[in-house]
Amino acid sequence: MTAPALEIRNLQKNFGALQVANDINLALPRGARHALIGPNGAGKTTLVNLITGRIKASSGEVLLDGDVITPLPQAGRIRRGIARTFQVNQLFRGLTVLENVYLAISERTGACNRLWRSAGKETQVIDEALDHLQSLELVGDACKPVRELPYGRQRLVEIAIALAQRPKLLLLDEPAAGVPSSESHLILDVIEKLDPNITVLIIEHDMDVVFRFASRITVLVAGEVLTEGTPEEIAADERVRSVYLGEGRQDAR
Amino acid sequence: MDANSPPASSPGGVIAAERKRAVVYLARRDRLRVAEALPWLLAIAAYFVFPNQMVLGSQTLIMILFALSLDLILGYAGIVTLGHAAYFGVGAYTAALLLVDLHWTEPISGLVCAAIVAAIAGFLSGWLLLRYRGLALLVLTLSTTIMLQQLGNLFRDFTGGYDGIPGINIAPLFGRFDYDLYGHTYYLYCLGVLLVMFYVVRRIVYSPFGQALVGIRENVGRMHALGSPVHWRLVVAYTISAAIAGVAGALFAHTNTLVTLGVFDFDQSAAVLMMLILGGTGWLYGAFIGAVLYMVLQNELAKLSPAFWQFGIGLILIAVVLLARHGVYGKLARMGRSLPWSVQR
Repeated sequence: MTAPALEIRNLQKNFGALQVANDINLALPRGARHALIGPNGAGKTTLVNLITGRIKASSGEVLLDGDVITPLPQAGRIRRGIARTFQVNQLFRGLTVLENVYLAISERTGACNRLWRSAGKETQVIDEALDHLQSLELVGDACKPVRELPYGRQRLVEIAIALAQRPKLLLLDEPAAGVPSSESHLILDVIEKLDPNITVLIIEHDMDVVFRFASRITVLVAGEVLTEGTPEEIAADERVRSVYLGEGRQDAR
Repeated sequence: MDANSPPASSPGGVIAAERKRAVVYLARRDRLRVAEALPWLLAIAAYFVFPNQMVLGSQTLIMILFALSLDLILGYAGIVTLGHAAYFGVGAYTAALLLVDLHWTEPISGLVCAAIVAAIAGFLSGWLLLRYRGLALLVLTLSTTIMLQQLGNLFRDFTGGYDGIPGINIAPLFGRFDYDLYGHTYYLYCLGVLLVMFYVVRRIVYSPFGQALVGIRENVGRMHALGSPVHWRLVVAYTISAAIAGVAGALFAHTNTLVTLGVFDFDQSAAVLMMLILGGTGWLYGAFIGAVLYMVLQNELAKLSPAFWQFGIGLILIAVVLLARHGVYGKLARMGRSLPWSVQR
């Protein structure tokens, strides 16, 4: 039996008296399409931060392909093959789209350690960056500063950066948040076409997206796992309906 | 959807052309523009037009170099410091002690030694301090510099204390060019060193490493999420910056024949920061414009009112910060966006 791509064991996090993650257990096999849902403040983003090491857990373990990564700092975990997107864009706004993706690749390959070579001469990095942009239909915007793009396309850059990290595990934090519905299909198309070898954990409020995309769903409420199951099981669960779905329907745009 | 993005059905030719455009854009970002010769031509012109102002000229070139070293960390990596005089001072004292105590008078090797010692100081303090940002970093850099100054005062037998080290006389440049009373050789010496250092900084800024520094400035959180060793990158940049500030300090020692603990003064750290803000951070050439403006203003205002010249500097700095947020160079670049010398921003 191979180890799960991502495993979370008894993960615990409290800020003082406030418990934001309480005894969370989760296992994602390789290539999983797993959704994380729950009302606002349930601790979904916190869980992503705990997985990447942006926040240190109080106790418990995170395992990547069977290896415990909890003692590693964020950079060490990322280099093991974790990438994430952010709920609110975290882009290099003054830089061009190409430079944004360039940074992700050169940090991954170590090209960023070079001080004496022109950045424009790193043809391997540039070619790969353009490949990523091309697959997301962003090549036409390559030379534009990110801040000049419409928000929907900025969300695509957010994903392009994460994909350029060539992750084994991809954590998508509300990838379509803030995108007008006329543009959200752009992002959903990209997510549906993701390499099946990449393990994906997605936080999403839009239930249509969740049911279309995910094969398993975990419901998080107040820092605890309420239940986990297939979309059908979750949809039929009365508890989920009462704590989440009613509210979620209103949340969904 | 954006009008410029290709539809999915667009022929491969369009995409190929757009890819090519992007490759060319990145490859030509750091090409030398014709107008980049301008500051150097002006510096050479100044040599012939103002032959009696070479002492001021040399001091200005030294401050340009000092401000340039600050631009690498402040303008590109976004490190705000109020203690950059520390490395200027370490460089100046290294050069001075080498000459007076060890009688090592060859200037170029003196600069190299100053750069190395300042780099070590930069590496050690950077390693400790760059874990912090913002206000904490401001206070830490400021107090580090004060402590260095007091350390110099404590070992006054060695450093001469506030009376300083007099009698710094370097050997002729390359063993051939001696120094005249009016500082002509000093000026050319400083100009040559500035040119070499500028080349180094320009290479670094446009390297993948320089790109990563800009990434840290633009969004440090995302750099962490990319797995970037942010602290290490900042320490490397800080060390290089310290080395260059050390070279500026050594030039100061070489051209002034006297170094006192005043080089560590808070005024020095503040002045170089003001110069860079005046000229504009993150452009490389902001250091040139800012230092020249500051030095000339200081000189002229001091003639008008020896006691209150700083009032004028303050007034002008306020005007620049309010009216030209990206400094004088930033304003110029914005006015002439097509100017070939507008650098990445």
